[in-house]
Amino acid sequence: MNQNLRILVVEPDPERVRAIIDALRDAGWSDVKALAQMSALDRTVKEFAPDIVLIDLANPDRDTLEHIFDATETSKRAVALFVDQTDDALTQAALSAGVSAYVVDGLKMARIKSVLETAIARFKIMRQMQSELDAAKQALEDRKTIDRAKGILMRQRGLSEDDAYTLLRKTAMNQNRKVIDVAHALVTAAELLS
Amino acid sequence: MSQTVLNCGYVPLVDCAPLVIAKELGFAAEQGLALNLVRQPSWSALRDMLALGHLDAAQMLSPMPVAMSIGLGGLPARVDTLMVLSVNGTVFGVSNEVAADIGDVPFGDANALLSALRARKGAKLRVGVPFHYSMHRLLLSYWASTAPDLQMTEITVPPPRMAHAVADGFVDAFWVGEPWGSVAVGQNVAQLMMTGKDVWQFAPEKVLAARRDWVEGHEDAAARLMRAVFKASAWLDARKNTPLAVEILARSEHLSMSPDLIDPALSGDIVTKHNNAPAPVGRFLQFHKHAATFPWRSQAAWIASQLGADAAGVEKAKACFRADLYRRNLAGIGADMPGASEKEEGALHFETAVASSRGHMSLAPDAFFNGRTFDFSAK
Repeated sequence: MNQNLRILVVEPDPERVRAIIDALRDAGWSDVKALAQMSALDRTVKEFAPDIVLIDLANPDRDTLEHIFDATETSKRAVALFVDQTDDALTQAALSAGVSAYVVDGLKMARIKSVLETAIARFKIMRQMQSELDAAKQALEDRKTIDRAKGILMRQRGLSEDDAYTLLRKTAMNQNRKVIDVAHALVTAAELLS
Repeated sequence: MSQTVLNCGYVPLVDCAPLVIAKELGFAAEQGLALNLVRQPSWSALRDMLALGHLDAAQMLSPMPVAMSIGLGGLPARVDTLMVLSVNGTVFGVSNEVAADIGDVPFGDANALLSALRARKGAKLRVGVPFHYSMHRLLLSYWASTAPDLQMTEITVPPPRMAHAVADGFVDAFWVGEPWGSVAVGQNVAQLMMTGKDVWQFAPEKVLAARRDWVEGHEDAAARLMRAVFKASAWLDARKNTPLAVEILARSEHLSMSPDLIDPALSGDIVTKHNNAPAPVGRFLQFHKHAATFPWRSQAAWIASQLGADAAGVEKAKACFRADLYRRNLAGIGADMPGASEKEEGALHFETAVASSRGHMSLAPDAFFNGRTFDFSAK
């Protein structure tokens, strides 16, 4: 487990913040920032760039946080952990839905390390699976676009499939672009002209 | 008779009234339901709880089921709109500083307000909205997009903190549901400039939502819930019931606030400026009349198109507004049914009689401020 995680705690109650920060420090996480004011949330998320944001599920700022996350690149997006009193089944369900992680059991300070580590590990697995799925989908989409571009070249220029692909690749190399980008441009141009 | 227990999520705003009244005045019990209203701290939390099965049904912002059905915004789940809970009921207000900058603009004039804001010098206008997938945000974007030179950013602010956000200078303006606009005026930090209906005269605001798999597995419970809510909305529409509705909503287990703050939305008497007398706003918030509860598929289509959906997305959106269930479940209790499940959105400038199951029904105006119309029928 990476111990140098940056953790942002969103919590208005100063007593609670102190207890959480102490528990996190004891667990070996020292790069912790606490935030009580919603008005600073956007800026803090951008500047501090936390790996994890810890927020009570009952906190209405969750909607603000979600909006900020939506506007952030997936790869740079922090993991949001919502502290809640409900059961473990909900956490499991939330994690398999792949969006947010609920940390159950309230925030019992003695357990904070194990609870956070488990949630982060699960979340990482889910995120890994999601990005693999996204990559596979993207590859399939790219394949389709390249096939369409090849088809256009074969029809318009009377090339064989291999020659069409060679032409795409050569053009991409000459222009210092990716094959998929050239294929995209060709397909778009063909749509405009048809 | 044993009652079916239903867990229904809601956010404490004035327009949760149909759910509260269905429970408190026994409309749910009459249908054999023990309606358990579960207050939710945020729309994201409510959405997760519904999607993950901790809630059977929930009050949602009308764009939420549409966004989810086209794969936007958090959890991808099949959530359907069973019926509309409320139409209109939101307000747009500006800080006292901005109000001073733009001078006198007649209340409710969306075009004049836009011109005044465009002419205003200074930094980007920061507008607070409760949630990204809300009618508030869609109306704001639709309205502001007609003035591309207007510099504006949208900031998500939980409604109970809106007045504070204005006072702190964190936002310059807001689009929020009641009572939070009236609260900002009451604290003398903002002025109301127009209501949601000044941009779209018949905007579905909150909806009753449930997961599609839950609806399929609990057809009877879903039907009974819809009937209870329908009857509650009819009760709410009678002017003589307004004082009691205000009193019930104000109770500590619901909105837990002064009745004075709840009354404006339900009576339509809105105070737009601190210490001014209230001014009546017609059809400010509608629960029942003019087929307000009917989930028009064209409303879902409009929402989807504003969210940038393609043709396939628009079709998915239409399918999640369950006009079919509405017809099946409410015909038996005397609900009048419009002849079609889609209309040309924005086409009505006056109350208009249209064909219905009982002969004809009156639809309220649904025009947009810029006169555009939207026809989503299959071409």
